[in-house]
Parts: sequence; structure tokens; C-alpha cells
Amino acid sequence: MTTATRVKGAGRTNVDRFLTLLRVFLIGLIVIGLLAFIWQQIDPGNPFARWTHDGEAANRLTADQFQGLVVTGLSQGAMYGLIALGYSMVYGVLGFINFAHGEVFMVAAFTGFIMANKLDDAGYWEGGSFIPAVLFTVLICTLVATLTAVVMERVAYRPLRGSPRLIPLITSIGVSFFIQNAVILLFGPGAKSYPSNPDWLGEKRTFLQLEGTKILVIVVAAISMAGLWYFVERTKTGKAMRAVAEDKEIASLMGINVDRTIVTTFAVGGAMAGIAGILWGLLFRSVIATTGFLPGIKAFTAAVVGGVGNLGGAMAGGVSLGSAEALAPLVLLEPLGVDGVSQLRDAVAFTLLILVLLVKPTGLFGERLSSEDRA
Amino acid sequence: MTLATETTGTKASNEVVRGAFDLDWRDLIRTGAILAAGLVFLSLTGMPEGLDSRVLIDPFLSLGYVSLFWLPLIVGWSVANEKVLEGMAATRKSARDVVAGGVVGAVGGAGLSLLIALISTFDIRDPLVNWNESTQAFLSFQQGTSFGIVACIALCAGLGAFGASLHLMPRKVRRAVVSALLAVVAVAIFESFLVDVADPLSFLYSKTGGLIPLWAVMVGVAALAFTLLGGGDRIGKARSNYQTLTGPAKAKQDTILIVLSVLALIIIPMITGKITQELLANVGIFLLLALGLNIVVGLAGILDLGYVAFFAVGGYTTAVLTSPNRGPDWPEWFPTMPWWGAFLVTLLMAGLVGLFIGAPVIRMRGDYLAIVTLGFGEIIRILFLSDWLNGYFNGAQGITNIPPADFGLFEVKGTDPRSVFYLVLVFAAISIYVSWRLERSRLGRAWMAVREDESVAEAMGINTVNVKLMAFVVGAVLASFAGSVFSAKVGSIFPTSFLILVSIIILVIVIVGGMGNIVGIIVGSVVLVGILGGPKQPGLLAEFSEYKLLIYGALLIWMMLQRPEGLVPNARRSRELHQDEFLQDAWLKGKVDDADENGNGAENGDVAPGLAGGAS
Repeated sequence: MTTATRVKGAGRTNVDRFLTLLRVFLIGLIVIGLLAFIWQQIDPGNPFARWTHDGEAANRLTADQFQGLVVTGLSQGAMYGLIALGYSMVYGVLGFINFAHGEVFMVAAFTGFIMANKLDDAGYWEGGSFIPAVLFTVLICTLVATLTAVVMERVAYRPLRGSPRLIPLITSIGVSFFIQNAVILLFGPGAKSYPSNPDWLGEKRTFLQLEGTKILVIVVAAISMAGLWYFVERTKTGKAMRAVAEDKEIASLMGINVDRTIVTTFAVGGAMAGIAGILWGLLFRSVIATTGFLPGIKAFTAAVVGGVGNLGGAMAGGVSLGSAEALAPLVLLEPLGVDGVSQLRDAVAFTLLILVLLVKPTGLFGERLSSEDRA
Repeated sequence: MTLATETTGTKASNEVVRGAFDLDWRDLIRTGAILAAGLVFLSLTGMPEGLDSRVLIDPFLSLGYVSLFWLPLIVGWSVANEKVLEGMAATRKSARDVVAGGVVGAVGGAGLSLLIALISTFDIRDPLVNWNESTQAFLSFQQGTSFGIVACIALCAGLGAFGASLHLMPRKVRRAVVSALLAVVAVAIFESFLVDVADPLSFLYSKTGGLIPLWAVMVGVAALAFTLLGGGDRIGKARSNYQTLTGPAKAKQDTILIVLSVLALIIIPMITGKITQELLANVGIFLLLALGLNIVVGLAGILDLGYVAFFAVGGYTTAVLTSPNRGPDWPEWFPTMPWWGAFLVTLLMAGLVGLFIGAPVIRMRGDYLAIVTLGFGEIIRILFLSDWLNGYFNGAQGITNIPPADFGLFEVKGTDPRSVFYLVLVFAAISIYVSWRLERSRLGRAWMAVREDESVAEAMGINTVNVKLMAFVVGAVLASFAGSVFSAKVGSIFPTSFLILVSIIILVIVIVGGMGNIVGIIVGSVVLVGILGGPKQPGLLAEFSEYKLLIYGALLIWMMLQRPEGLVPNARRSRELHQDEFLQDAWLKGKVDDADENGNGAENGDVAPGLAGGAS
């Protein structure tokens, strides 16, 4: 990192002072917001709440509401985590941000829409055949997503290996743009709705009052994560991936096929994004060509929050980002008297990214990058 | 150097003649399959069919067919285009190449034929919107499916073979044929523009649109004759003469060129219609933005993906300071001022925002910085849109009733695009002058040093933090020019004008034009915004408006893969990008071959000698 290269004792510049101020401001905002929230929960009519809400008492958050927010945050975050794995792995191996990874996710969600509608027309999307139908859809989505990621690597990124860092990043912006607009032209610009899920999945459980879909998302994400962990840490291919991330040249000297390993990395990342895509479809039941963009950026944020290159970190980062995004508007901003907080969700996510990079640039769980100079 | 003369000496004798069918069939089939996939994809996007209504040559040819069948032509050309390595045997161009081009084209055409056949067999119109009879009818030239199936294969094979056979022609003939084809297509495509600029030219076109066939042939013959008589060579010679000029002679030439182009730019809007004026004004606004981003990305090497934030800040500051319709929550004392006063405040504001956004991101590494700036861009747009600041910026309703910029003698307003253009011209001149001076200043050289290697720059005593921060501020101020003009032009301002899309389109302009090269930026914005159109503004080819974003994406990928230095490259920048290749070539050849057949030799020519000297 460039910070490390600064001469010691060179004195603090105005930029440093400004950054310190910014850090203090952001952290202070969080602390004050939290305190205000707690006070508001204890006494909605406290003077601070009256001051921030133009003399009226604040609304207390009920336990049910709070629980709902947490579950929404967790399920949302689980999907961010799944997408973030792809960013993290590609970044670990090739050292560049695959901006178009969000589009892989979107392509999977689109495939899911097509599959689900076809299966629904044939009468499989309900009752007892629902679970096999969903499993089949997941399989197809994962395959399509994997294929997209692999083709992307072959066409756009392989020829650029070894070029200056920003070149593949700019290319990936082009790829993202291209896929988005190709989908708009091929399938039409409107939002596509999934068929409705069977009642037993959508209704609120008596147990903890949780929605079935959200639980499904969390469970599937956890299983995929465990599978990926096993793949990366326990199989030979996974070992090869880690070796390539560490040092490509030495890995190839050890007899590892670097090209194939990189393709595998893209494929596995794509598969994870594919699972996230179909889960997204089941949860929100609507997909549009621009669906991939914001979750993609946020998943990258999640990867940074957890520490790029660190797979467990990516998942943890996703969950923290999802929860922060769901909770922060009502828990931090609302008590401070900000109006229309739900519109600020995306802004919260980006602010979190900036905050993490300002306070702990290596992410919450530390980066696991190779010894190559990545600064 | 001795090595070089040896190799060029042996080059001719190394040519091998092969039989017409001595081909790498597997490779050809694979290329053909890729071509087929490309053709089917293009057909299914609906672009060719959508463009079919635009006639180029009155009854025969529509833009739709051109937009689809250029592909086999180019692929046919590139199949026969062989990279000759130094010291390796070269193949003499022969009937073999034509066969190769034809085979690839036929395989590609077979893909289209398959599509035609499948459309009537299967119905998957549900997800694929263009899987319908009208696509089928378009592909089979409205003559029925069986005709279409045969015709597609035959046409693609023919075009592939023609593309390949271009290699067989003598250089002079080839250039003449290509320029004749391009001239006809260009004259046909730019019909509305040409008629708008010079009304008498309308005799070329038929009443329903499109060139009259006779005149199409005449245009082609004229271009052919012009090139054959050496017109192209003369232009090329004049250009290379200009490029080799140095010292006072060059300064004189430069002055003449600048004066001429400024005069042309002042005169053109006077003689053209409103459409062209509007177009020029849009090109100008994007040129301003691109010039600013060029400083950040092109000179300092900071990939700022949230550049639209500064555009938005410029637009909103001007709007808030001039419009009576700004939000109700502004305090009583908050002033309303004429446009020029607001403009000065806007510059200050943009500089401050540049500092504010720049400071936290400046120490991040390149790719983190890209995402964080993107985040800032979104945060700023979300804030303008939010209910929270609704009292100040009116949220989604935006700020309307922004008065025109009043300069006493004349007003600049959206209904009079010519005035907007002149205002933009003044700002563009200022921006170009500033960029040009900065590039040659101490600061500019520091930026380039930081771009090439930050650690080394720091070791050389450059304060990298301050230098990068300056790039942000200068870029922000230049973008606020555009924002200020934009709000005066449109008269109302909404958060939807400042999507990330805008940032990316500005980036494409800078990259396609040529990072770090002012002429490149001008070319980029004229070609992209002028011809294809901006994010919301239609360009010359208004027909493309639905498809332009796809084209932007494809163009960005293609440029990065094939020509990362842009259309008009900056010598130093292209040296950075191709360093490895140059070093390798220099090692292989002893010198860089500037008679490169691919045509990029001329631009690289000024780079090569220094490098070859350095390497040997």
C-alpha cells in the first residue's frame, strides 16, 4: 500500500488531517445514531428525539419489525456474499476487479425466470414437484452462469493477461455494459416476473415468524459456502487455485496448468453467482436487465469489507453489508431525524465501503493476497 | 541494423505458394461457427430488422442489411489476413485465401439459414422478443424461407470471399475499392446531415429517402477515381509532412490549422439547421466532460468512475443559484443571481467537491479507487433524489425554470442551440488551452510520472498526494463547466440526467479517442456523441438510439483488446501500453517495422525509432 511508503516523520499533511476528521465524523455518526436509537427505544418522547423529529415523538421499533429487518438483512447479505466469492476469487488469482461479475448473476436470474415460467406452464412450479423443479432450475442457472463466466474470460480477459492493471478493469466495464444491453435487446426491456412461489414457502412460519423464502436463501447460501470451502481447501484443484493466487510463475513450474486453473476460478465464481441469481429470483420474484449492476457493486463492497481474497471474509462481509443496509436506515439515520430513509439504502452501502477503506483498508478479516505487489 | 537488412532481403524469396484447398479446415470451421454465432446474435437483438426501414440506396439496400452483413466481409478479410513473422515463410496470397474466406462466410451464413428454418419450426418467442416472422422475413429478403436459406449462405460466402479477395488486389486498387464502398455508405448514411448542411445536395437522394442508384454509382466512381489518381496518397503525404515538422515551421502550421478550424466551427452553425446545431451543442458538452476526464484518467492515470458527480454538482449548483423554482427550504438570504455569477460560484463549488471526494480516495490503489469513486457518484445522485434533501433539490421533480444565461447582447438558451454551441465553443477553447498548457507544465509531467509508476514518481520527489488531488480538482472544475452550460441549455435539471451511464459513456469517449491526447478526445466525442449519440441525446444516426449502448459496450471491449491507446494515440501512452511488444519486436527484428500492413504503422512510426535505439 502506498501509505506504507510514506517517509516516517514527514509530518501530517492537510489530507491526513481531513481524513482523520472524516473518520471521526463517520464513526461519530454511527455512535450518536446508535445511542439515539437506544434512547428512542427506551423513551420515544425523549428530548433528543423531539429535537430531531420537529417536536414530535419518535416511532419505537417493535421486536417483530426488528426481527424482520435482521432476517431481510441476512438473506440479502447471503446473496451478496455468494456473489462476493466470485469477485474475491478472481481478484485473488488475477488481481483485477471483474466488474462484469454482477452481470453473470443477472444472466442466472434471467435464466431462472425463463426456466421457472416454462416449468410453471407445464404445471411443475407448485405442490410436490416444486422442489425438484427448483433444483433443476438451480442446476441450469448454475450451468448457464458458469458458461457465461468462462466465455467472458476466454473472449475478454485472457488476451489481456499481463497488460497494465487498469486495462482489464476497463474491459470488464465494457463487458458489463455489453451483456446488460444485449439482454435488453434479446429479451425486451421490461421487468420479468417469476411465477408465484407455493404458499407453504411464502407464508410466515410460526417459528420465529420467518418467511420460508428467506430461510431457504440463508440455508442454500450456507450449503454453497460450505461446498466451496471444501473445494478450495480440500481438493487438488482448490490447492492449485491457491497456488496460482500465490504466484503464477512458480505454480506453473510446479506443473499446474495456470490457464485451466484460471478458467476453473471463473467457473466456480460464476456458479456461485448463478446460485445467488436464482435465489434472488425466488426472493424478489422479478428480474430486469439492470438487476446485476447494484448487487454486483455491493458484492464487491462485501468482498472489500471482508478482506479481498479471503473466502470466509467474503461471506461475512456480505452478511455484514446486508444487515447494515437493512438496519442502518432505521437504526442509525431515522433516530437522527433523516426523512425517507429507505431511499438511502444504497448510499449506506457505499458509505460503508468508504468507511472500511478509510479505517481498515485490509477489510475486517484481513486480505489474503499473494506476495506479488498489489499496491 | 544488419539483421534488419538481411531479413527484408530474404522476405521475398521466403514466399510459399500453396494449393487452393491446402487449408486448415478445422480452424476455418471454428471461425465460421463464431461468425455464425455473431450473425445469429445480431439478428436476434433486432438491430438489423429495426434498421431495415432506413433505406440507403433507394430500392436495393437498407441500413439493416449493412448492419448485419458487414460481419462476413470483415471476417473474410481477417481470415485471409496472415501475420507474417520475421524469418518465417510467408504464404503468397492466392486463390487459397478466397476459398478460405468463402468457406468461413458459408459456415456463417449457414447459421443464419438455420435460424430462418428454426423460427418457423419452434416458437420460443416468449423469452426472445425478436424470434418472430418479421425477423424471418427480413433474413430471407422478403422472398420466402426457402429462398432465404439458400440466399443467406450464398451471400455470406460471397461476402467472405470478397473480403478475402481484397488481399489479392494490388494495394492501390484495394484502397480505391474500399474507399469507394465507404464513400457510398457514408454519403447514404449521413443523408439528413448532408442535406441539412447543404440543401442543394438533396438531388442525390430519392423522395422516400436513400441514394438514387445512379448517383450511388457516381459517388462510388468519384471516390474510386479520386483514390486511383493519388488523392489519398497526397493527403497521406501532407499528413506525414506535417507530422515530421518541428520548430517554428510546425508552430506556423499549427496556427494556420487552429485558425481555420475555429473559423469553420464559427461558420458551420450559421449555415446549418437546428438539428445540426443541437447536435454540435451536445457534442460540445460531452467534449467538455471528456476533456476533464482526460486529465484525471488520461494524464494522471486515476480511473474515476464517478465523474458524473462533478457534472451533477455543476448542474445543480447553477440551477439552485439561478432558478426561482429551487426547493423551498433554502434560507431567505440565499441569493439568486444571473447565470455568469452562478457559474463562478459553481467553479468554486466543484473545486471543493473535487477536494472532498478526492482526499479520501487518493491513497487507495487503482481498482479500489474506481469502485469508490463510482460509489461517490451514486451517493451524490441518491442525495439529489432523496426525500431527505427534497426541500433543497426537489427530489425526482428536479429543478425547473432555470433562466437562460443572459450576456446582455445575447442569451444562451435551449431553444436556440446555436447560442449554446457558441458558449460551449468558448469553454471548449478554454478547456483545450488549459489541458494543453497543463500537459506541458511541471504539474502535467508530474501527472504522467505518477501514471507510469507512482513509487518511482514519489522517489523522484513528487508529492503524489497533492498532484493526484490537483488532477481531481482540475477535472471537477472542467466538468462543472459542462454542468453549468447543461443546466442553462436544458432549463431544468433532474437526478436521472446523472446516472452512472454518463460516467461510463464519457470514459468510452476518452478511451476510444485516445487517452491523454486532446485531438483524440475531440475525435472521440465527435465520432461517438456526434454520430451515435449521448446517453439521452440522439446523434446523427438517430436510428441507432436503441442499440447505441450495445455498440458502446462492444466498442469499449474491442478497443481495449485491439487498440488500448485509442484512435488517435498519445505517443508516450501507447509506448507504455505496448512496452512488452516493442521490446520483443526490437529484440526480434533489430528495428520496428514501420511499414506495418495493418495500417497502424503511421501512428506508431514516431514512437518506434527511440525505442529501437534504446533496445539495441
